[in-house]
Amino acid sequence: MQTPPQAARTGVGQPRKLYREADRRVLAGVCRGLATHLGIDPTIIRIAFVVLAVSSLVGVFIYAALWYFVPLAPEEAAAEGEGTRKRGKRDIGQLVALAALALGLVFFVQMIGLGVPGTVFWPIVLVGAGAAFLWQQADDAQRVKWRKAAAVNSRSAVFRVLAGIVLIVGGLLGFLFFRGQLRHVGEGLLFAVVAAAGIMVIAAPFVTKLARDLSAERRERIRQEERAELAAHVHDSVLQTLALIQRNAYDGREVQRLARAQERDLRAWLYKPKKDEATTFEAAIEAQAADVEDQHGVTIDVVVVGDCPLDERLGAQLQAAREAMVNAARHSGAAVISVYVEVEPEQVTVFVRDRGKGFDLDTVSADRMGVRGSIVGRMERNGGKAVIRSAPGDGTEVRLEMAREGSDT
Amino acid sequence: MTEDTRPRVVIVDDHRMWRSGVRAELGDTVDIVGEAGDVDEACVVIEAREPDVVLLDVHMPGGGGREVLTRVLPNRPDIKFLALSVSDAAEDVIAVIRAGARGYVTKSISGTELTAAIRRVSDGDAVFSPRLAGFVLDAFSSTDVPAIDPELDRLSPREREVMRLIARGYAYKEVAKELFISVKTVETHVSAVLRKLQLSNRHELSRWAADRRLV
Repeated sequence: MQTPPQAARTGVGQPRKLYREADRRVLAGVCRGLATHLGIDPTIIRIAFVVLAVSSLVGVFIYAALWYFVPLAPEEAAAEGEGTRKRGKRDIGQLVALAALALGLVFFVQMIGLGVPGTVFWPIVLVGAGAAFLWQQADDAQRVKWRKAAAVNSRSAVFRVLAGIVLIVGGLLGFLFFRGQLRHVGEGLLFAVVAAAGIMVIAAPFVTKLARDLSAERRERIRQEERAELAAHVHDSVLQTLALIQRNAYDGREVQRLARAQERDLRAWLYKPKKDEATTFEAAIEAQAADVEDQHGVTIDVVVVGDCPLDERLGAQLQAAREAMVNAARHSGAAVISVYVEVEPEQVTVFVRDRGKGFDLDTVSADRMGVRGSIVGRMERNGGKAVIRSAPGDGTEVRLEMAREGSDT
Repeated sequence: MTEDTRPRVVIVDDHRMWRSGVRAELGDTVDIVGEAGDVDEACVVIEAREPDVVLLDVHMPGGGGREVLTRVLPNRPDIKFLALSVSDAAEDVIAVIRAGARGYVTKSISGTELTAAIRRVSDGDAVFSPRLAGFVLDAFSSTDVPAIDPELDRLSPREREVMRLIARGYAYKEVAKELFISVKTVETHVSAVLRKLQLSNRHELSRWAADRRLV
């Protein structure tokens, strides 16, 4: 009894979901589904439901609610054809037994005088039976067949729908008949209300099932689109790069550059929210670093704390930072360059650092003075500050400070 | 370097190629006493070999490095864990640190740096990569929120300075030189920050990490 039949179905780690089971069910699979979920014998649950139903009717409501809200186990939809055939066999014997049991119970209740008067009772029975037919017909397991035009030809389906409608209409007419004899006043109004109610009862299962099917389909479509996008991306980027790496296997530097560029690309695609590099400082400096990496075959580690929108002065700082990175890549000889950006409420500070050979600030050649000028000069023109620290053999660090717009006024 | 002083290391990673790569790169600078390819195996190997340091991959099937930490650390609080990851997703980094790892480095780290990091962790100190230092500065930056526990929820100015230098790519030795303090003091500051990172209840820590990873 302690053997959960299909407990492991949903896999390890995932929370198990409650499903109704289509296999070996008696009515809608609620009891068997619950039993599987809880890992106990379905008979116990069934007895509990019957007791609840007979004693207080609560069981009926719970059962109906579970039937409505708990979806059928997904395997059923996959093994559609087989499932329906099985159901066909099961239906006849069990349905007769169930119907007999239900009838017996109902008559018992009626006889001991606890039931409702006959004029209301029979219409309720008829409407209830009709609604049950329609709901079962519109159940998930049937939906695939049911949506296709061919499926409606299936005799049992047509029979069920028709029987359901006939029962409901009959019940409503009966209700009108009995009521009509008693009250002639307001008959028209009553008729309209009752007719509307009838239409709602007939249409409701179809409408709700349709809505549910649509949302399920939408989820599936989104999933497929994501898959397609992933496949396209992997193909365009990763596979292409791997092919290039194989062709350039003799050129270590090129291989490293390719691998690094691909890594950066994939990382950005996987982990970073899409940012517009034209508008935020973090995205912009990462884009610049990526560009320098690509052109000079070095690794640039960028760490950014905070972020802010890009404006004209920060744009100048960005260009200066780029110059500093290019300098480090070209002249320092270091394989790794560290870039650190700190965005504070008052100012933005960028550090570009390498552990390369460094240089003596006083004896720099003219062209490098020029490049340095484009860093220092550019910063100063825009109201910022650039500090270069370097010594032969001790690496270089460029520090760029720029006040943020509106903070210095 | 004598046999006795080499840290005993277990490598946990689900990629065999990565494990053998690390093994080759570390060479005989450390004593590699075991390898494991998944969470269950890792727990068994660590229990059996009792290493000084575990090199722990953050992403593994069956719960990842975090699961290993939560299973092993309660029984063996003396074993040090150094997390390695290719992903820089803040959520993962913060999660594994808060589960008890003594440090975090990216997999692009060089062999010599990795050896240094292992030694540092085995000596009981913390290892922060520039990126982790950046995370810390970011997570502890918003000072406008009142701290619930000022002892844990704020960085001291000195700790902030140290973090900033590490984020700028400075090694501990360079940080010490820059701030005119000893390497030991730098290590003390970093360990203090690690403690705050592990124990602070700043909800920014978790919320911020989640925000950063809007995949």
